[in-house]
Amino acid sequence: MDSLATLASATWGGPLLVLALMLPVAALMLAFVLGGRHAERVVLATLPIGLGVAVAIAAAIIHQGAALHYDLGGWAPPLGVSLHADGLSATLLLTTAVVLCAVGLYARADFRVPPGVSEARAPLAFWTLLLAVWAGLNAVFLGQDLFNLYVALELLTFAAVPLVCLSGSPQTIAAALRYLLFALMGSVLYLLGGALFYGAYGTLDIPMLSARLASGDPIAPAALAAAALMTAGLLAKTALFPLHLWLPPAHAGAPAAGSAVLSALVVKASFFLILRLWFDVMPASLTHLAAQVLAALGAAAILFGGVLALRQARLKMLIAYSTLAQIGYLFLVFPLVANPAAAPILDLGQTPGAWTGGVLQLVSHAFAKAAMFMAAGLIAGALGHDQLRGLGGIGRVLPMTVFAFALAGLSLMGLPPSGGFASKWLLLSASIETGQWWWTLVMLAGGLLTGAYLFRVLAPALSTRGPPLTLVKPVERSRELVVLGLALCSVVLGLVPFSSFGLVQIGRLGATGIGLP
Amino acid sequence: MSSVTLFGLCGAALVGLGLFGLIVQPGVLRKILAFNLLGSGVLLLFGVIARRGGGVVAGNGSDPVAQALIITALVVAFAATVLAVALLRRLVQETGRDSLDSDG
Repeated sequence: MDSLATLASATWGGPLLVLALMLPVAALMLAFVLGGRHAERVVLATLPIGLGVAVAIAAAIIHQGAALHYDLGGWAPPLGVSLHADGLSATLLLTTAVVLCAVGLYARADFRVPPGVSEARAPLAFWTLLLAVWAGLNAVFLGQDLFNLYVALELLTFAAVPLVCLSGSPQTIAAALRYLLFALMGSVLYLLGGALFYGAYGTLDIPMLSARLASGDPIAPAALAAAALMTAGLLAKTALFPLHLWLPPAHAGAPAAGSAVLSALVVKASFFLILRLWFDVMPASLTHLAAQVLAALGAAAILFGGVLALRQARLKMLIAYSTLAQIGYLFLVFPLVANPAAAPILDLGQTPGAWTGGVLQLVSHAFAKAAMFMAAGLIAGALGHDQLRGLGGIGRVLPMTVFAFALAGLSLMGLPPSGGFASKWLLLSASIETGQWWWTLVMLAGGLLTGAYLFRVLAPALSTRGPPLTLVKPVERSRELVVLGLALCSVVLGLVPFSSFGLVQIGRLGATGIGLP
Repeated sequence: MSSVTLFGLCGAALVGLGLFGLIVQPGVLRKILAFNLLGSGVLLLFGVIARRGGGVVAGNGSDPVAQALIITALVVAFAATVLAVALLRRLVQETGRDSLDSDG
């Protein structure tokens, strides 16, 4: 790390990181204290400011070409806790802010305090939980200390679980409990891994730990055990096959705005930590075998999630299983980035396209899946149900919603022009360049399955036969526009030239270059 | 057998029991209790590590940082238990059953 660049960033970029952390927490307390109708106003006032902060952080990182760093209270690690934002963190902060802004606008109609009452349970819970999820996500993306990250992950879980059961029906409470139990098992395994790291190396600060791991050659068994435990725990939270059982009922049971947040953002936080663990903490230990195992689980998730999505009778369940499959793509990054054949590219000081492809998949899936869940919410609200069988002709009644759904589907399938296409193309070409053709087959099969299950939704939705549908409730045009905007975001990502994705590589030089024995 | 080994083995046994209970027991209350056993086991191991680990301050015999981490983790585990029990209470009120099996 260039010490001069670090010093410069500490002087003017660093405090932005504190702001990104403090803003949601302060707003959360304010919303909770003021309560009633004010909670919604506080959230809607805070979200644009948060978006501004995220943009400022990304701009500062691009401007300086280096990661931002801040030592809280002036205490340096190991005793102090520091915040750190590289290009990947900034990308995710920005994605989070954009998706949450859209969710906030969309959710106004669902979580309005009814007239005549000063405060209602569900709106207050939703708006405060939304801020809590935001705080947890930002803490995860900015954390630099493995224990601090554990606390951030727990905060995120505690905020996400109640979102699942906002409706209070027995099914959603059972889904929330199952989610909580999986997440708790995951976090305990993560903590056990942290304890082993601490015992073996005496620190939990990521750069110090990484330096001590790199100097101790060969890798101690304790470090490998710790990494394995942490990964297993985080996989349970990311819902990678076969630890996915909690995800479909939880994500399908939540209210549409909640599903959007859970599916687009919350599962990505634990995936982000897996990336941190293998590429930042112990890049030298990401062996061929470990990478192949992670990617094999991802491949299984792609196929299994796709097949199960084909068999669902409800729209929201179909989208939830689609999340399962799309998460699988993220794990293909590991063998594609850490492959001997990629070494010459790394020597030039560039991270390979697979890295950009993986991050792009993360971002475009976040936009597309949030748009899809919110479109499903509009359809379910207008029809009074979300059975696939009853969707015939919905395209004639809600053309804009169905169009947004189809645009988001374009990105999930990986058809051009869309962010999903760009990411899958980068991953495909990386798998061919590195001679790992079997991942190409999986990705192509996954794309076909995605096309098939989206066809099951869109074919009846766009049919012109049958009696016209009667809507139980009209759909507000402004909410349709929000969904369409988010779907367009996922498409526009594919139209941007690759060279402008330099942001996701800042702060990564050297970190990924060691990934080879 | 030194006290470090003894406590280490106790911690490992607790982790094993807790993990077994969390996976095998059908009742949610038992799962929550098993999670607490598992958490206690992990924290006990953390304590053992604090006693002999890499960050031990000379002369003091124990590492205060690890103890601070243990206290924080205890608070987090307590909050998790409270949330789980609150959800379980609501589930029992709504359905009268305390397991997740019938719907999955």
